[in-house]
Amino acid sequence: MSKCSIGLLALSSLFLSSAAIAQEKIKVGVTATLEGTYTVLGEDGMRGHQTALNVLGKKIGDKELEFIVASTDATPDSAVRAVRKLIEQDKVQILLSPLSGDEGIAVKNFAKTHPELTFINAASGAQETTYVDPAPNFFRYNMDGAQWQVGLGKYAYEEKKYRKIATVGEDYSFIYTQVFGLVLEFCGAGGQVTNRQWVPLGTKDFASVIAALPDDVDAIYLGLGGADAVNFLNQYQQAGGKAHLMGGSIMIDQTILSSKGNAKNALIGTIAASGQADTWEDPGWQKFVKAYQDAFPPNKRFPSPSLLATNYYDSTMALILALRQVNGDLSNNQAKFKEALAKIEIDAPNGKIKLDSNRQAIGTNFVTEVVDDGKGALFSKVVKVIPNVNQTLGYDPAVFSKIGLPSRTVPECKKY
Amino acid sequence: MSRFVERHPAWALIAIIAIAVALWLIFAVWPPGLEEAIGRKRVFLNAVFNGITLGGLYFLVASGFTLIFGLMRNVNLAHGSLYLFGGYVGYAISTATGSWLLSFIVAFVLTALVGVLLQVIVFRRMEGQDLRQTMVTIGLSIVFADLMLWACGGDFYQVQTPNWLIGPVELPLITAVKSSGEPVYLRYPMVRLVIFAASVVIGVAMWLALNRTRIGMIIRAGVDDRDILAATGVRIQLVFVAVFAFGAGLAGIAGVVGGTFQSLSPGEDIRFLLASLVVVIVGGMGSIPGAALGALIIGLAEQLGSVYIPTYAIVVTFLIMVLVLAIRPQGLLARR
Repeated sequence: MSKCSIGLLALSSLFLSSAAIAQEKIKVGVTATLEGTYTVLGEDGMRGHQTALNVLGKKIGDKELEFIVASTDATPDSAVRAVRKLIEQDKVQILLSPLSGDEGIAVKNFAKTHPELTFINAASGAQETTYVDPAPNFFRYNMDGAQWQVGLGKYAYEEKKYRKIATVGEDYSFIYTQVFGLVLEFCGAGGQVTNRQWVPLGTKDFASVIAALPDDVDAIYLGLGGADAVNFLNQYQQAGGKAHLMGGSIMIDQTILSSKGNAKNALIGTIAASGQADTWEDPGWQKFVKAYQDAFPPNKRFPSPSLLATNYYDSTMALILALRQVNGDLSNNQAKFKEALAKIEIDAPNGKIKLDSNRQAIGTNFVTEVVDDGKGALFSKVVKVIPNVNQTLGYDPAVFSKIGLPSRTVPECKKY
Repeated sequence: MSRFVERHPAWALIAIIAIAVALWLIFAVWPPGLEEAIGRKRVFLNAVFNGITLGGLYFLVASGFTLIFGLMRNVNLAHGSLYLFGGYVGYAISTATGSWLLSFIVAFVLTALVGVLLQVIVFRRMEGQDLRQTMVTIGLSIVFADLMLWACGGDFYQVQTPNWLIGPVELPLITAVKSSGEPVYLRYPMVRLVIFAASVVIGVAMWLALNRTRIGMIIRAGVDDRDILAATGVRIQLVFVAVFAFGAGLAGIAGVVGGTFQSLSPGEDIRFLLASLVVVIVGGMGSIPGAALGALIIGLAEQLGSVYIPTYAIVVTFLIMVLVLAIRPQGLLARR
């Protein structure tokens, strides 16, 4: 009897306390690719998110943030399923989602069916997400794939003297956007892109793709990520490949540069461009790297945060700072919060970020080169920093809209 | 063979022509017109070789699966987990000792042990209850996947290729003739050839063991009629455990192979389970030659598909499966 009453007491106090807390919580749903090809990227994204919470704290005035995490596998339907679950079952008010390009487009479209909620993009970088028919409640604090390639084409043409290149990329929107940015600039400078190969996301056996690479090019651009990139490099090495390489933003990234095995060594000297550079000396960046390193033991993290960690950090930062500006006020369909989000300018570790009228980030881009630190660890060394990169890549919006949307064959290799 | 020709002369003719065309495509120097139409010969040859070597890997995984199914009617949907487990073990051993060959032995032994446990603890308790076995093994595969994620994280692991296997080797197959008249030979990754050779050796050894030894005889008898075999005094449970251990061990070896020329990460278990299911469905449940043929077809389809119709490459394997299910639902080489 006494046991039973104690149990009941404990149970009821549990209910009471949870009810008491529930009033002061703001529920935020987070998605990351914790399954499939991009698992490693999702995990490091979550580390970036956690780092932001460590630095900024979870308190919004007298309320506290509660995060609920859902896993996706980089496919659009998995993202929508996860977001739907977070909204309908967990009753979240704000979403920090998603990670990958195709997911971004799907979640943006889904966001329109819930205009009362707020969606903050976590890391996805397809151009279409914010460029075509943007959702008024979808905010993106990272640049898109094309913005992340700014500077690479010119650097390859002018400094490296590459004249003809071929590309290999995963067959989905983010890589289309990356190749879009590269081709525009490289062909604009006078270079030629002779061949574009597309492989399905999650390809394991690249041997035939490697065999089909043309011989008569100066460099091969790799727009791969996660497991695909590691498999490609491994098999490229086994096939005795020797070409110069260029890399996309998730190819030349700690997710690949610190993979196990020695296939990654094929990347030493590879030039790339991304929204961050591992060895940037900016104090804000160094502080972030330190916070990331301190937050996790060395075997549970990368030597330096990946692009995904940085993106999740930035978007979490924007979310918390904007919520604090309005003191956690989510009344009137979160109108005040959305306004604050649209206006906020964040001093992110990878440079200042503000939003344009489509709620798309304008930020800083980095051209990098992969170096060995002498102890076997690879880092991307900053070569060039390009501030204020906007979504139309400096083109006049009218000209830009004529180029067309990124796809397997767009843009054509010519000067626009 | 001759009976097949007598019964289906038209099919036999088509098969002979197809083989002749394939041989010509592989050995002849391509005329310029053909190169223009379907691309360089080097690409084609590479795709064919890759398909065959990939088929070798699929065979290693699927043969264990089909062996277990053939004898015990157990659909072991945790087979992919055994593959991934073997791969991780192989990685740990090869980084700890630096020996690639040792990693195979240890991976085989450890996965075989897991197989024994599975058989004794799970399958023996629910003999003959297909649905229960299927559900339990699905559940187990999820549990295993999470345990491995917990232990190894979501990183990509690659088993280190030994130095003597790195790099390409020149094969006596001409891919093109230079303008000077000098032939260009095909260069192909050494490691894939070795792996393919190993899977052929294993396949042939398995076939011999099944068809020429006493133990093979017992297993074949068990496939045909378990109860009568048990009634003749054979200790059937012991045979079951041995076969299960061997099949699981093969999956473990395949894991090391897969970790060497591809990579290991969460999700691979499901991928290889699916691959071996497709292979076994195409080849015929329970048939070792069927698994070999199915693996070859699926490997070739994947690789040729990724080169010549990249957009639809993923669909091709499943199309083949659908076709086989529609025309010959028991599988290409199934006996019944």
